[in-house]
Amino acid sequence: MADGLFSLRAVQASRGGRPVLLDLDLDIPEGMTAVRGPSGSGKSTLLRLLNRLADPDGGTVAYAGDDVRGLDPLDLRRRVCLVPQLPALVEGDVAHNVGLGPSLCGRDADVARCLELAGLGEEYAAREAGRLSVGEQQRVMLARALALEPEVLLLDEPTSALDEESRAGVERTLVELVRALDTSAVVVTHDRAQAERLAGSNVLELNGGRAA
Amino acid sequence: MSGVNVTLGELAAALALVAIAAAASLWRRADLEADLGIAVLRSFLQLTAVGYVIQAIFDSDSLWLVLALLVAMVGFGAFTARSRARAVPGALGPIVIALGTSAALTLGLVLALGVFDAEARYLVPVGGMVIGNAMTAAAVALNRLADEVSAERGRLEATLALGATARQAASGLVTRSLRSGLIPLIDQTKTTGIVAFPGVLVGSLVAGAEPVDAVRLQLILLWILLGSVALAALMATGLGYRGFFTDAHQLREPDGAPEG
Repeated sequence: MADGLFSLRAVQASRGGRPVLLDLDLDIPEGMTAVRGPSGSGKSTLLRLLNRLADPDGGTVAYAGDDVRGLDPLDLRRRVCLVPQLPALVEGDVAHNVGLGPSLCGRDADVARCLELAGLGEEYAAREAGRLSVGEQQRVMLARALALEPEVLLLDEPTSALDEESRAGVERTLVELVRALDTSAVVVTHDRAQAERLAGSNVLELNGGRAA
Repeated sequence: MSGVNVTLGELAAALALVAIAAAASLWRRADLEADLGIAVLRSFLQLTAVGYVIQAIFDSDSLWLVLALLVAMVGFGAFTARSRARAVPGALGPIVIALGTSAALTLGLVLALGVFDAEARYLVPVGGMVIGNAMTAAAVALNRLADEVSAERGRLEATLALGATARQAASGLVTRSLRSGLIPLIDQTKTTGIVAFPGVLVGSLVAGAEPVDAVRLQLILLWILLGSVALAALMATGLGYRGFFTDAHQLREPDGAPEG
């Protein structure tokens, strides 16, 4: 993969009719990468292009050397799994939520292991998802993504809704996770310090729709 | 008044009741007198015109003319339902299919089972009733679907992000929307004869029909409506949800979406 994990060339994208990415050229390598930028810089839009939750208006997005438009979008989303900024669990217990992704394509999930990886005990499996704290729900969202055994995790401001203590815990979990699973992750954040804590020097800056 | 002969004088007398509504509006300063006047005038003109059209079709007894009238009703009903469900992208196609199929299947089944004869005097009023109720059910269900999609965007996109198809992601919303389209008629059917007397029963009794015959006719029509409305709501929501998604199972963004 000479071009890295993701390769974006001359990417233009808009949201609500407003241009948010302008001729963006970006290479995202394997491992943990942070994309940092202020609000409105196009970070969330960028993540949604990587697993084809949205398509760009122009330019190309390639994953492992393949233009994502040529890939099956459903398969791509299982391989490159997005954890959204806010928890969005479905009705039911935690086990149901964690097993949701695999069940959609007829697979089983190792719920206990996914919960453990996400920093939650096995006892959470039977708890009602809607009754958990926001921090716990965010960890269930992470476990739900892990259940698909993705090649890449896309994390959209994963701690924006959390207090300081929960945020530190989730950050530790993410760093350990990427090491333990030898997987890749792309984290977008507006927080420079967090970007460096998570990805060290592997931080890409986005500003005004372009790589800074 | 005897039988179904209604004189213009009797019709004019019924306007006294509209005067009560106008007086209530004046007293409470609701400013509805002009609307009431327009409503009365429009109902008189529209029903009188359609009365002559139906009379002409009955006189000709041409099934082609019946079919043309039913097609016109489906077209008009579809545009009306679409105007009430503007938030659903590309809703017109699903609504036309829902109303057309619902009317065709219902009337076809009614004829095949021998419930009514293939005559204009049965097909026109029953078809009109079927299409009118199907239109309302489709509009209500699609409106609810648009509200559900708007409220559940985050959850929908999070489910798509797990590799769900558009159909899988929208399944729960489609079911809830279908329910909202059907529940009014189911409730009406449950309470019929207790809370409200349906129009056909009242009309038949006033026209001099035997109560048992009037009730049987009303039951046939209520049950036909249940089937046709269920079909219409099922098809409108089952096809209509697709308008919110692209072929690549992406949720279309609403106008003016904020960017994070």
